[in-house]
Amino acid sequence: MPPWLDDLFWTYQNLVYALGINGLLALSIYVVLAVGQLSLGQAAFMGLGAYSSAIMTLKFKLPFLLVLPASCIVPVVFALLIGGPTLRLSGVYLAIATIGLGEVLRAVYLNIEWLGGALGLSGIPERAGIVSIYGLLILALLVLWIVGRSHIGRAMEAMRTDETAAEVMGINVARYRLGALLASAILAGFAGALSAHVSSFISPNEYAFEPAVTILSFALLGGIGTPIAPVLGAFILTLLPELLRGLADFRLVFNGVIIVIAVLFLPNGILPFRLRRHGR
Amino acid sequence: MLAQQLTNGLVLGATYALFALGFTLMFGVIRVINLVYGFYFTAGAFIVLFLTRTLGWPIAAALPAAALLSGCIAIVIDALLLTRLRRVGAPELSSLMVTLGAVLALYATATAVLGPDIKRFPASVIGAEAMEFASIRITQAQVLILLATAVLVGGLLALMQGTRLGLALRAMAENPDAAGLMGIDTGRLAALVSFISGALAGAGGVLIGLNFNAIQPYMGEAMMLRGFVVIIVGGLGDIRGALIAGLLLGVVEVLTAGYVASGLKEAVAFAILVAVLWFRPAGLFGRAVARRA
Repeated sequence: MPPWLDDLFWTYQNLVYALGINGLLALSIYVVLAVGQLSLGQAAFMGLGAYSSAIMTLKFKLPFLLVLPASCIVPVVFALLIGGPTLRLSGVYLAIATIGLGEVLRAVYLNIEWLGGALGLSGIPERAGIVSIYGLLILALLVLWIVGRSHIGRAMEAMRTDETAAEVMGINVARYRLGALLASAILAGFAGALSAHVSSFISPNEYAFEPAVTILSFALLGGIGTPIAPVLGAFILTLLPELLRGLADFRLVFNGVIIVIAVLFLPNGILPFRLRRHGR
Repeated sequence: MLAQQLTNGLVLGATYALFALGFTLMFGVIRVINLVYGFYFTAGAFIVLFLTRTLGWPIAAALPAAALLSGCIAIVIDALLLTRLRRVGAPELSSLMVTLGAVLALYATATAVLGPDIKRFPASVIGAEAMEFASIRITQAQVLILLATAVLVGGLLALMQGTRLGLALRAMAENPDAAGLMGIDTGRLAALVSFISGALAGAGGVLIGLNFNAIQPYMGEAMMLRGFVVIIVGGLGDIRGALIAGLLLGVVEVLTAGYVASGLKEAVAFAILVAVLWFRPAGLFGRAVARRA
């Protein structure tokens, strides 16, 4: 790298990491929204990934090549625990249970000494970087794009538009919903492990209510017509507070207002395109 | 010792029931999980803080004023966010998302304006000394909470079961379109329900603020977990269920904190929520409802 590029990278390193990680989180909520469900557990799943991976690195000294794939195990277990009952019910139950999950995990991290308590876990070695973060982001985008263009994507869109009609057409709605929630937990788990291994420090408050709502604002700003749209939403909402310093203090207000405006006036987001499929 | 624990549990449970009352009413009648609800709770506490500390009002005047004002805030929020969605018949999840975004914006604004630190009511607002009955200690604030919960639950049940207004509300809960065709002004009733639940939340914020004497913008958010547990265990929209579930949750939490570990009480509350979702999704006292297209 030429020295000026090197300097630039050092200055904005954290921002570059944050963009990629938030992109993964946006995909994580996209998968659930794409089947017409609302999970607010993205931050909680991310926290589970971050904590479980940090424990594996710090306490069990496992190599990162093993830690990263394993970081999705705990989030998946919790997704099964919550998704099992709620996905059979109306969408309200999943939303409520996943917000509750975030709140309760924060209390658990705070109160368990082995997990660092209120101080969190520090001294996590910097094992992740540009390659792992953006590699995973691009891989996730590709997979979701291919799946989205296949018959699975068509089924997902059908469910989102009219669930009863989709069920009548023979789509196994419950199975798709659970699959989407698991995929979302896996993506959020990876994002958590990556962020823990670039920031060297994690604490209970990073994964509670505010980040959960922020992640939703990524997808609602971008829209959920294509997988790239929520990632773009994440990039915009991560960059804006950096570009407009005055906005930084009101970042959360802004994220909240984005959601309100998007639901009321922009139901398809700022990229309202749909994936092309053959045989329509 | 156990008697004291149970008393504490009942008082805590009454605060949970009090908090969840308006939340479950709102879902029961207008079918909206309104997450701004936690903010009405915060608003009530801060209004009383302002009235008693800055203006020197007595609590007996400040409490109704705060309930009234929180109710008005609720009407405004409902008109701004939910009326439009109701008119176009948007799905439940849209209203949930819109209130979620709004509540984050409101909390963050409140924190920016009022500061994130914990504030306290002036000591003169309510006596701190505890009374003793047969070796059970109970403070004035706790007695007030028990009384308020009993009066409000009783009043709400009487309203719903015994008056024409309650009949109209139940009709609207059953089927808003049919209720509209029968000459019920559903828009006005929705505003009224928002007002009642906003006022209940505001009063709850004051009473619970008095009990713990710690007021802070996100206090409503911290109560939401308990609110969710209470309305799901009691059954969405079920007022009596909310009372029973709230008391039950309070007792279970206090016993967990007393005999197991205090750090686990949230985890136990959440475990109850998940267990009910697995085994009795309509709530402990509810009947299963078939899903209709």
